[in-house]
Amino acid sequence: MRLQTKYHGEIEWDQDLKWAFENGIPGFPEEKEFIILPLPENEVFMIMQSLKSPDIAFVLTSPFSFFTDYEFELDVQTIESLEIETEEDVQVMVILTVHEPFSKTTANLQAPIIINIKNNKSKQVVLNDKKYKTKHLLLSENYEKVKE
Amino acid sequence: MLVLSRKKGESIQIGEDIEIQVVSIQGDQIKIGITAPRSIEIHRKEVYQEIQSENTSAARGITDLLKIIPKTNKQ
Repeated sequence: MRLQTKYHGEIEWDQDLKWAFENGIPGFPEEKEFIILPLPENEVFMIMQSLKSPDIAFVLTSPFSFFTDYEFELDVQTIESLEIETEEDVQVMVILTVHEPFSKTTANLQAPIIINIKNNKSKQVVLNDKKYKTKHLLLSENYEKVKE
Repeated sequence: MLVLSRKKGESIQIGEDIEIQVVSIQGDQIKIGITAPRSIEIHRKEVYQEIQSENTSAARGITDLLKIIPKTNKQ
């Protein structure tokens, strides 16, 4: 099917991978289905595009290469609602708030996106750990590493 | 808004399966215990609002995203 997107224009989408957020995400309760689109020449960042609203899309990355000690315990409620059976089925992504210059871009470590890769049920989880905030500078000493 | 007075140890029942109990009171801080089904999400309001607001900023996006974001193709 043809699909309008925020960053990729109109694309042909073959419906195979779709993350399902039963209750949407905070601030966007009506956006319940997102697709993942890669960025050209880029293997670190990706776009999570709402299926319903062309103008709603988020930039995501896997947090662990930027924040090597990032860790948290998933609550039972999330494990049950996503029907998670083993840790291996869990993918963790974080939403970036992109700024120009890119060095000011922040990552929301307080509310990671959790995906059960077995069934694509997903949820943005709000962590209670005070260590993690909504705005962590993504790049610090890592910047050069990413640029290269 | 419905306002009810409660003492320490007393509760409020909301519907069939939500109970809110005043656990302790110390000065201007009140500890509240909540019993609710797991499907009900409970958050500190200011934390939840911050997540909503950060999601809104993140979704606002940026023109020229593709130019700004570093290229990271592995060699």
